[in-house]
Amino acid sequence: MQFFADTVGHAIVLFARLVTAVRAIWDGVEPVPDKRVYFANHTSNGDFVLIWAVLPPKIRRRTRPVAGSDYWLKSKLKSFIGRDVFNAVLIDRNSDTRTNDPIAQMAEALDDGNSLILFPEGTRNMSEEPLLSFKTGLFHLAKQRPDVDLVPVWVENLNHVMPKGEILPIPLVCTVRFGEAVRLHTNESKDAFLQRSYAALVALKDTGDVA
Amino acid sequence: MSAPFEFILLLGGVFCVLLLASFVASMLKKRVGPDQPNPVIENLVARINAWWAMAALLAVAMLFGRAGTIILFGLLSFAAMREFLTLTAKSRADHYSLAIAFFVVLPFQYYLVWIAWYGLYSIFIPVYAFLFLPIISACRGETQNFLTRVSETQWGLMICVFAASHVPALLTLQIPGYEGKPILLIAFLVVVVQGSDVLQYIFGKLFGRSKISPALSPSKTWEGFLGGVLSASILGALLWWMTPFALWQAFLVSLLIAIMGFFGGLVMSAIKRDKGVKDWGHLIAGHGGFIDRLDSVMFSAPIFFHVVRYFWSTV
Repeated sequence: MQFFADTVGHAIVLFARLVTAVRAIWDGVEPVPDKRVYFANHTSNGDFVLIWAVLPPKIRRRTRPVAGSDYWLKSKLKSFIGRDVFNAVLIDRNSDTRTNDPIAQMAEALDDGNSLILFPEGTRNMSEEPLLSFKTGLFHLAKQRPDVDLVPVWVENLNHVMPKGEILPIPLVCTVRFGEAVRLHTNESKDAFLQRSYAALVALKDTGDVA
Repeated sequence: MSAPFEFILLLGGVFCVLLLASFVASMLKKRVGPDQPNPVIENLVARINAWWAMAALLAVAMLFGRAGTIILFGLLSFAAMREFLTLTAKSRADHYSLAIAFFVVLPFQYYLVWIAWYGLYSIFIPVYAFLFLPIISACRGETQNFLTRVSETQWGLMICVFAASHVPALLTLQIPGYEGKPILLIAFLVVVVQGSDVLQYIFGKLFGRSKISPALSPSKTWEGFLGGVLSASILGALLWWMTPFALWQAFLVSLLIAIMGFFGGLVMSAIKRDKGVKDWGHLIAGHGGFIDRLDSVMFSAPIFFHVVRYFWSTV
């Protein structure tokens, strides 16, 4: 079963590469196997696939996307892809009904030696704005594990490849830009930290040329 | 798999030239010293290595004849259009028309070349795609930047698919006394046009002083242009034995396609400047993207095709 899941994972990565010719730009941080939280903009379900695809295989195997269980447990196929192929940390986004603490789940995954891919906007960005305001999850995680590097990651152009609701991807060149890591300062307030990490992510968009 | 003898001969020549280029580059590297990183020489080495790969790929595809050549240029069109449409204006309303451009128009154009239907492949994109894709975009009701969006998409199709497909379309020509050999026309076109690019680069690096158009391309000089185009035309004339042309005809045809290739590079540079990028892509080390390498061929192929068709072909 694991072999099958790995094969499907390779096939998805290969497909993503064929469509997007995705390229990583390491701009202020190196692709080393440190424990990290990669936090990225979220415009498409393919976002974490592209980030996953550009990570060196050794790091990729130890990097788990954080995703909403309401979406990824909806069908057998989605749950196979989310849980078995990408080994996602599935969290319940509904704070009224959930029984697990999402921050504790993420911290546990980090403690097991994994890196995480996190979308701090909490949902896919369908607006004209480049980036929605962050939910507080990134702050709470940083507070619980202040020694982990938080690496901003800007995924460029994927919103054109596969806008929400479309099934057929348009082949366009995508770029994944990794920026300098952010950490929570001692005594830094929630708002100040979220503002700073937001700025660090948006800054990557403005430095990037498209191709 | 059957290749005319001339093709093997040409392949041997290209092999020797690349061998010489690699040798010169390693000499240059030695002269500068191993610990002195020199970006110009690093780039030169990367370019030559990419040339080895490109020459090998092209040779293998052409050894498989019409099928191999059509598949190769279909894939090149795909990669080129992916780069081109990455930079053009588009909105969510264009999703279907872009999908159709990639997954219907592109394969169908190459299918038409495969079945050698000249009457349709020479108008399919300029007429049918031109009229129908904007209809699909318009039906989605988004009017902002509409003319820009549909024009830029059409431009991408024209240059990356229509123009590029004229390279394999050379195989559909029927020239008396040249049966079974049209693959050599492709080899001739590619060697002369790409040779002209390389020779312009070499003449420019050695003697380049006066820039032709600093606003468009800082690396294009009069010395590089004249030296490159003229030497490429002489090269083309010396390859007359693999063409249906006489020596002087081979020289004139080469001059024409080398000049078209030069202006192709200039036009595609203008688009890059307009869109604020230096290269079209990153997939060919040392060269940039596919369009950076193919721009000259895409501009010269349709002209070459029609000149040969008008003066030499019976269909």
